[in-house]
Amino acid sequence: MVMSQTKAAFGQAEPADYESAVSARNISKNYGAVEALRDLSLEFPRGQLTSLLGPSGCGKTTLLKIIAGLLQPSAGEVEVNGHTVTGPGPDRAFVFQDFALLPWATVMRNVAFGLEMRGVAKSEREGIAAKYIAEVGLSGFEHSYPHELSGGMRQRVGLARALSVDAQVLLMDEPFSAVDEQTRRKFQEDLLALVQHENKTFIFVTHSIEEAVYVSDQIAILLPRPSRVSEIIRPSSFRSKGVDNIRRDPEYLDIVDQIWASLRSYVE
Amino acid sequence: MIVFGYRLPGMSSLIVWGLLWELVGRLKLTFFVPPLSEVVATLYTVIGTAAFQKALAETAYAFLAGVGFAIIIGIPVGILMGKNRLLDELLLPWVNVFLSAPLTALVPVLMVLFGFGMKAIIITTTLFGIWIIILNSRAGVKQINRSLVEMAHSFGASPVDAFFKIYFWAALPEILGGVRIGIIRAVKGVIIGQLLISIVGFGALFELYSANFLMGHFWAVLIVLFALAFTISEFLAYLERRVSYYAAKR
Ligand SMILES: Nc1ncnc2c1ncn2[C@@H]1O[C@H](COP(=O)(O)OP(=O)(O)OP(=O)(O)O)[C@@H](O)[C@H]1O
Ligand SMILES: [Mg+2]
Repeated sequence: MVMSQTKAAFGQAEPADYESAVSARNISKNYGAVEALRDLSLEFPRGQLTSLLGPSGCGKTTLLKIIAGLLQPSAGEVEVNGHTVTGPGPDRAFVFQDFALLPWATVMRNVAFGLEMRGVAKSEREGIAAKYIAEVGLSGFEHSYPHELSGGMRQRVGLARALSVDAQVLLMDEPFSAVDEQTRRKFQEDLLALVQHENKTFIFVTHSIEEAVYVSDQIAILLPRPSRVSEIIRPSSFRSKGVDNIRRDPEYLDIVDQIWASLRSYVE
Repeated sequence: MIVFGYRLPGMSSLIVWGLLWELVGRLKLTFFVPPLSEVVATLYTVIGTAAFQKALAETAYAFLAGVGFAIIIGIPVGILMGKNRLLDELLLPWVNVFLSAPLTALVPVLMVLFGFGMKAIIITTTLFGIWIIILNSRAGVKQINRSLVEMAHSFGASPVDAFFKIYFWAALPEILGGVRIGIIRAVKGVIIGQLLISIVGFGALFELYSANFLMGHFWAVLIVLFALAFTISEFLAYLERRVSYYAAKR
C-alpha cells in the first residue's frame, strides 16, 4: 500500500523540466544492526530548495551526511552534477544544527575557514568573508568571538561560512532549530530570498511541517526506519505571492494539514 | 581573609606562620630550626654565592630541557592517542602505569643506564612530567565536539590541518591543565633526580649544607625552591584561565 502511494506521489511530482543537481540512488545505510535507510532514491532539482521531513530518528541527518560525503552509504550512490560522491567536495557546503563554530576564532576567521581549508590566501579570503558577513547582517562583528554572539547570530556565521565557499549545493541540517521563534521566521524569509537570488541547490532538513511548507519548492516525506521516501509534495501556487501572504494561503494550509495527516500516526 | 573588618591581602596568614617560625627559632628548641630572620639573612648571602648560582643554572637547564621534552613529546602523543583507537589501546595501559608508578624508584636504574649526570636528571624530569600531559591531551581530544571535526572534514581539511587547526585548539584547555600539573611534577622530578644523583645542582648544594650542619643555608635554599615552584604553578594557572573562557562553550 505504501508502495502504490509512493509511486503515485512520484508520478505527480516529476515534471520533465527540472534538471537534477543531486541524485540519491538506491541508498541504504546500516549502523551495525540498525537499518537507517533502505533503498532510498530522491532527485534534488537544481536551483530549488528541497526539504527532508520526517519523524525523529528516521535518517534525515544520515541522508544529508551521505550527500555531504561525511558518511559512506552501505549501498547505492549519490551523484552531484553528474559526479559520483566519494567524499566531501568543494561543490557542497554544510550548515550545522549546532553551528560548529571554532570557539577560539573570531567571526572573520570562522567565516573564512572554508576558504582557508581550500588554500585561499589570507587577504583574499578575508575580503570574500567580509562580503558574506555583511550579507548575513553581521557587519561590525568581524572581530567578535562566537561566545559573544546570540544563537541567531552564530547561525548567521555558519551560513556565511557555507556561502563564502560558493558551493553549488547547500546542505542544511535543522539550521534554525536552535534559534528562537522570531529569529527563525526572519531566517525563513531570508532563506526564501537566498534561494531566489543565488542559483544554488538547497537541501534542508527540518522537524517543522510549517517551516518545510513555507520555504520549500519540494518536500520529501520520509517514514520511520528503515526509511525511504513515502511522498513528494510540490507546493505550486503560493510561492509567488510574496512572503507576507504565504501563511494564510489556502494551499499552504492544506499542505500543512495533509502532511500532518500522513505523519501523525508515526509520532508517539 | 578579613580581620576586625579589614580586608587583608592574600596570603597574609603567612605572616603568622613566619612569626611562629621566628619564635620557635629564638627559643633554640632544636638546631634544626634557626630563626626565620637568620634564614632570610642567610638567603641573601647564599643567593650571591657562585655555588648557588651554579646550582640554579644547572637546575634551570635540566628543568627546562626535561619539561621541553615532556611537552614536545607528550602533547602530540596524547592527541594522537585521542584520535586513534589502535594507538590508544597500545599506549594507554603504559601511560596509566607510569602515571601512578613511584618514579623515584626508577632513578637508580636511569643512573645506571644514562650515567651519573645531567642526562639522567633531564630524563627523570621528563618522566615525572610527561604522563599527565599525555593523559590530559588525550582527554581533551576525546571530549572534542564531533561536529567541529565533521565541519573541518566537510570543508576539505587535510589530516594535518585538522590536527593543528581543530584538535590542538579544541583540546587546549585540557592540554594546558595537563602541562601545569606536569610542570609541577617535573619540579619534583628535577629535585629528586638531583638529590639522588647529588653531584650536580641543588643536590650537590644540599649534600654540602647537610654534611656541614648549615641549617640556615639549607632552609634558605628550600625557601627559594618552594617560592620558584609556587610562582611557576601560579603563572601556569593564570595562562590556563586565559584560555578556559571557551572551554565551557565548545
Ligand atoms: N553513529 C551511529 N551509530 C548507530 N546508530 C546511529 C548512528 N547515527 C544514527 N544512528 C541511528 O540511525 C537512525 C537515523 O539517525 P539520524 O540521525 O539520521 O535521524 P534523524 O532523522 O536526523 O533524526 P532527528 O530528526 O532526531 O535528527 C536513528 O535511529 C539513529 O539511532
Ligand atoms: Mg538529525
